[in-house]
Amino acid sequence: MLNLIWLVLLASGIVVAAWHGNIEVVTKAALQAAHDAVEVCINLVGVMALWLGIMKIAESGGLIRVLGRMLRPLMVRLFPTVPPNHPAMGAIILNLSANVLGLGNAATPFGMKAMQGLQEINPRPGVASEAMCTFLALNTSCITLLPATIIGVRASFNSANPTEIVGPCILATATSMTVAVTLDYLFRRRNRRRRR
Amino acid sequence: MLVNALNTISQWAIPFLLLSIPLYGFIKKVPVYEKFVEGAEEGFHTAIRIIPFLVGMMVAISVFRASGAMLVFANLIKPITELISAPAEIIPLAVMRPLSGSGVLGMATEIMRVHGPDSFIGRLASVMQGTTDTTFFVLTVYFGSIGITRYRYSVLTGLSADITGFLAALYLCHRVFG
Repeated sequence: MLNLIWLVLLASGIVVAAWHGNIEVVTKAALQAAHDAVEVCINLVGVMALWLGIMKIAESGGLIRVLGRMLRPLMVRLFPTVPPNHPAMGAIILNLSANVLGLGNAATPFGMKAMQGLQEINPRPGVASEAMCTFLALNTSCITLLPATIIGVRASFNSANPTEIVGPCILATATSMTVAVTLDYLFRRRNRRRRR
Repeated sequence: MLVNALNTISQWAIPFLLLSIPLYGFIKKVPVYEKFVEGAEEGFHTAIRIIPFLVGMMVAISVFRASGAMLVFANLIKPITELISAPAEIIPLAVMRPLSGSGVLGMATEIMRVHGPDSFIGRLASVMQGTTDTTFFVLTVYFGSIGITRYRYSVLTGLSADITGFLAALYLCHRVFG
């Protein structure tokens, strides 16, 4: 599916540019984006190192285990294929907590750490496991309690009430999260039935 | 008042974590600095590993946007968006939402500059910005970091969540601010 989306994005862009007679835009956009992608990753190096370093301390002190135990009833239902004491569970909890608080750049390192943990127990490396799909569904649709960036943008344009959007944001993300978790569950069931 | 409280929370969240976790580790007799470096090294390798995946995805998205293909696509789905009474200016933002986080923030900022943050479209853009993550970035980076190449149904789940988030944002804005 992603192969197709990737190809369509690229091919339709080139066709439209040619149609408009400014094909040189494609070259410029492609080269600039390739450059920017590396820059994003390089900028990520520092943030990743910082947060995974802090997480290692929390893990060694047993803090993540405590957190995991508190949320265990919920986590074992969401991730039935992951052993309850697996370190991936702690990373998933940290990732979702960071997302809920709107700390985007802290969420990414925890998310990657969680994926690495899930990969250890993936029966088919190279293919996304059920737990990975559930984690991504939660992650991309996660409830946001504090959309800090956009509140800042609104305040900078002198909004009369910059935080008035918080309520609708929480409700909208709650809806999309419910749909994502439900769909993930339905897809998982369908796939299992097919494999039988 | 509430703005101040939220700002204070945002300002303190990271310093608080940076203080409390190492302090907790120290009390639990963890060699805090050594463990930090150990974890940081893992972070370093992970960030480098995702470069090829991100290059591939960002090039395709950038060509799609810069060529004007995104606007063509937005026009194609216009009949549907008129049916659900979504303002025309918001469509590129909705199309961009799953593709690029920085791109969508730029577009939302531009909408607020032109229409004002307290206009209907400004509020809608704000709620959409606060709703759902950039699905393709998350997919690319997370699966890329562990070498997963078959994403299975997760693309479909993520995109459905994005569409739901958009519809919910639209509905709620009509109800609350309409």
